[in-house]
Amino acid sequence: MSAMNPIRRTAIRAAAAFTAALVLPLRALAAWNKEAFQAKTAAEALKSLGIASSTESKDVVIDAPQIAENGAVVPIEITSNVPNTKSISIVIEKNPFPLTAKFDFAEGAVPFVKVNVKLGESSFVRVLAEAGGKFYSASKEVKVTIGGCGG
Amino acid sequence: MRGLSLLGADAETDMAEPMKIRATLKGDLCDVRVLMVHPMETGLRKDSSGAVVPAHFIQEMTVKINGKLMVDGQISQAVSRNPVFSFRLKGVKAGDKLEIAWLDSKGERSQTEAAIA
Amino acid sequence: MRFRLILLLPFFLALPCAFGQDAKKEIEKYQRMIADSSPAELFELQGEELWKKPQGPRRVSLERCDLGLGAGVLKGAYAQLPRYFKDADRVMDLETRLLYCMTTLQGRDRAEATRAVFGTADRPSEMEVLSAYIAGLSRGVKLAPGTAHPKEKAAYALGKELFFHRAGPWDFSCASCHGETGKRIRMQELPALDKPEFARPVVATWPAYRVSTSEMRTMQWRMNDCYRQMRYPEPEFASEATIALITYLTVNARGEPYRGPGTKR
Repeated sequence: MSAMNPIRRTAIRAAAAFTAALVLPLRALAAWNKEAFQAKTAAEALKSLGIASSTESKDVVIDAPQIAENGAVVPIEITSNVPNTKSISIVIEKNPFPLTAKFDFAEGAVPFVKVNVKLGESSFVRVLAEAGGKFYSASKEVKVTIGGCGG
Repeated sequence: MRGLSLLGADAETDMAEPMKIRATLKGDLCDVRVLMVHPMETGLRKDSSGAVVPAHFIQEMTVKINGKLMVDGQISQAVSRNPVFSFRLKGVKAGDKLEIAWLDSKGERSQTEAAIA
Repeated sequence: MRFRLILLLPFFLALPCAFGQDAKKEIEKYQRMIADSSPAELFELQGEELWKKPQGPRRVSLERCDLGLGAGVLKGAYAQLPRYFKDADRVMDLETRLLYCMTTLQGRDRAEATRAVFGTADRPSEMEVLSAYIAGLSRGVKLAPGTAHPKEKAAYALGKELFFHRAGPWDFSCASCHGETGKRIRMQELPALDKPEFARPVVATWPAYRVSTSEMRTMQWRMNDCYRQMRYPEPEFASEATIALITYLTVNARGEPYRGPGTKR
């Protein structure tokens, strides 16, 4: 390489960088984190997500009904007001597989999501927001009932 | 692609639109709502004959504006059947192309595009 | 996911004696939130497709079906049903009328067309998706079922009588659950459907997506399922009895702006 023309070397580096820029967005797509999604406890799920610890924060806001008429569809609306939130993870503590979803937000995507989730039984819904390499959390209890005659 | 299909007089009909997107622009903030057709089977449920219904659920979903990835989601079987998601995107303008795609546990895919009005 | 029955007893004990106002408010919040992010619209879209699909021996679509406002007129049609139809010489609710169009316009066999009137989560029935589509086109329109024609009056009277008539192995009537204010089953408030005040929000939100089963359900289904829950014999689809009951309930609810398809537990 030392014998190469410096301009040509720059050009090659630029070309390599440009190619990497084309390839990178695809590689950057989060592959489904099997280990985390198959974890049977909230603690194991968090560990698989690389969340060693988190701070409770009022800036992580969960809007959900306290009582759900049916656990099959529980609407949850999450907003993170922590600046530079990169991702939001949802953990339903009493579910057989607590990790429910993880959303990564790029520049321009507001750290906000509304999603319908299943609760197998009354449970705390825990949300973890990632910002600046740290994790911020909030929790809300949702009680699940069965309406009507049931049968 | 598995979705809602009709029991019609003739052959079954699959959903023409397996995904319905609604995008509302307020200034440069875009409210995106997407309705998806998917059984989101957990693999823990038994059907009326007592047989376990195998797991079949969306695992990955993406939201893109003009080809740029905005939201990258990993989803579990604990998201409700026929999922409905809402997102908010900034810096969006009329004419921008919104594309939403998913990939499920069986390797099935779906993709829908809409131009922001 | 196994939906285990929750131990409700500790929860009930925590509530004040009367149906807790807090619990009621939270349940209303749940109902608002699910209505706001509901898959119901998907069924409307599917219904639109089916409405336009040529079917049956005559290979025609339902687009010339007259639901009371003229052939193919759908806007506001659901809100003015049930009503008397001269060509059939009977009072018909939406599903009965759709069946009529399937047999007369499309040349389909009644048995074939009613083979699976109530669908499953994977396969909604034709009636379910068509009902969702057509009902959606009455959003905002005040419920105005027919009440002037003698047969419409007779249907109302029969429906009212059926509503209060006790029969079956449990000696139940519709009124056993829906005839008194302030009643509930588990956490579900039971609306007294003989009173307009309570009938209105109910009739204005059927057909509805039932989140517990992921199914779009119609009024004919609701009549059928109520009879099942009372352990009565199964009523025939689009029978005089079901039409009469739907007429009675809709007349009780008249004037209410329609806002379905709804989303319910």
